[in-house]
Amino acid sequence: MADLNRTALHALHLRLGAKMVPFAGYDMPVQYPAGVLKEHLHTRSAAGLFDVGHMGQVLVSAISGRQADAALALERLIPVDIAGLAEGRQRYGFLTNDAGGIIDDLMIANRGDHFFIVVNASRKAEDLAALRAGLPDCDVAEVPGRGLIALQGPGAEAALARLVPDAPEFAFMDVGIRNWQGVELWISRSGYTGEDGFEISVPDGFAEALAERLLEMPEVAPIGLGARDSLRLEAGLCLYGHDIDEETSPGEASLGWAIQKIRRAGGARAGGFPGAERVLAELADGTSRKRRGLRPEGRAPMREGVEIYATEDGGAPIGRVTSGGFGPSIEAPMAMAYLPADLPEGSTVYGDVRGKRLPARIVPMPFRPATFKR
Amino acid sequence: MKFTEDHEWLRVEGDLVIVGITEHASEQLGDVVFVDLPEAGRTVTTGDEVVVIESVKAASDILAPLDGEIVEVNDALAETPALVNEDPLEAGWFFKMKVADLSALDGFMDEAAYKALIG
Repeated sequence: MADLNRTALHALHLRLGAKMVPFAGYDMPVQYPAGVLKEHLHTRSAAGLFDVGHMGQVLVSAISGRQADAALALERLIPVDIAGLAEGRQRYGFLTNDAGGIIDDLMIANRGDHFFIVVNASRKAEDLAALRAGLPDCDVAEVPGRGLIALQGPGAEAALARLVPDAPEFAFMDVGIRNWQGVELWISRSGYTGEDGFEISVPDGFAEALAERLLEMPEVAPIGLGARDSLRLEAGLCLYGHDIDEETSPGEASLGWAIQKIRRAGGARAGGFPGAERVLAELADGTSRKRRGLRPEGRAPMREGVEIYATEDGGAPIGRVTSGGFGPSIEAPMAMAYLPADLPEGSTVYGDVRGKRLPARIVPMPFRPATFKR
Repeated sequence: MKFTEDHEWLRVEGDLVIVGITEHASEQLGDVVFVDLPEAGRTVTTGDEVVVIESVKAASDILAPLDGEIVEVNDALAETPALVNEDPLEAGWFFKMKVADLSALDGFMDEAAYKALIG
């Protein structure tokens, strides 16, 4: 494991007794002694602290110095409304390829004279290559030496407010820079658990001190990648490389909500991004397959790779589970699968679990409603 | 009590062998959320997959440790799979089997040997 990267919180994870696993080239905590189930429920009821320092942090600014130029440049690669993103605001989006597939999903924030983008750890190289190739009129720079901590759950606001008194004034998807003991914290009110919470970019040298300060608080507990995965799945959120990839389009992935009207056919800045023809046609006309939510009956989880059939016996598979597991908050199994888009909600399909076809109902996502603070 | 290299424990009760997993295995698995048990009455051969344990992380198999017949399964696990974590050596048992020859148990590890195995 000597070749694995380490985040600034690596030593802290070891001290906390984390079980470490390789993840996207990093040695990361999958769980702490409390275990995935308790960590998941703790995040839902109090506050969880996640090390997301493996994720990429990227700054994009226009060579002209004008933020409007950077926004329009980014819109050449990302099919969301970036020019209309106000300073201090953040938005979910994705980079598309020429075939209309998804290179990566990301968070993009307008910080006045540049954009701050957070990308998936496993896709940093592809993202940087796409941004650099597609934005000759911009500076694209990976941020060196900063960790990233996510603080998620109903107790996150009160916890962070002890260090950053005006944290409660951040609305959902607000971003801002604050000082904590002379250190610059880049704060956004966002996350990937379906909970209210914050993501905090902090210089590596102060990441451990910040994490320890938060962990001293009674409501804050460390949470590993295992619970991060069950939390995001309950929230109906995609995991890159599983639920979305370079083959799946935004329409197929049920991510059309992220593409604002202004970028769609008939909008003032429609299209103009890679794969626009396919992506916009699919938003208008629909797709034959779509990412759908599944609630297996009984307690047996349907995990990634489980083939889905229309009937209890015979026939060819109609889809396949891309993420699946047990939802500790809903106390039931849940899964996402690409299935024919015309199957009505409430339909029963069958997942092949170790040779047995078990029934599952097609349901709307999220499996558990989000509790974002609007 | 005897132990297998697959971290099962075997306990003789009358002419039956009760099978469960060790505390060590239960900790390694993490939180158990579903246990797929065999039907009572099934005849099994050593090495057959008879139980699937689904934890929040992954699915793991329990293999038949001996030739014989499954005569009873722990139905309480259907409602409360967490018994495997909370009480793996008692309430978290999986199945009872009738084996032709109880002396076959002599071939398994005793507690001291098992403890040495898991370090």
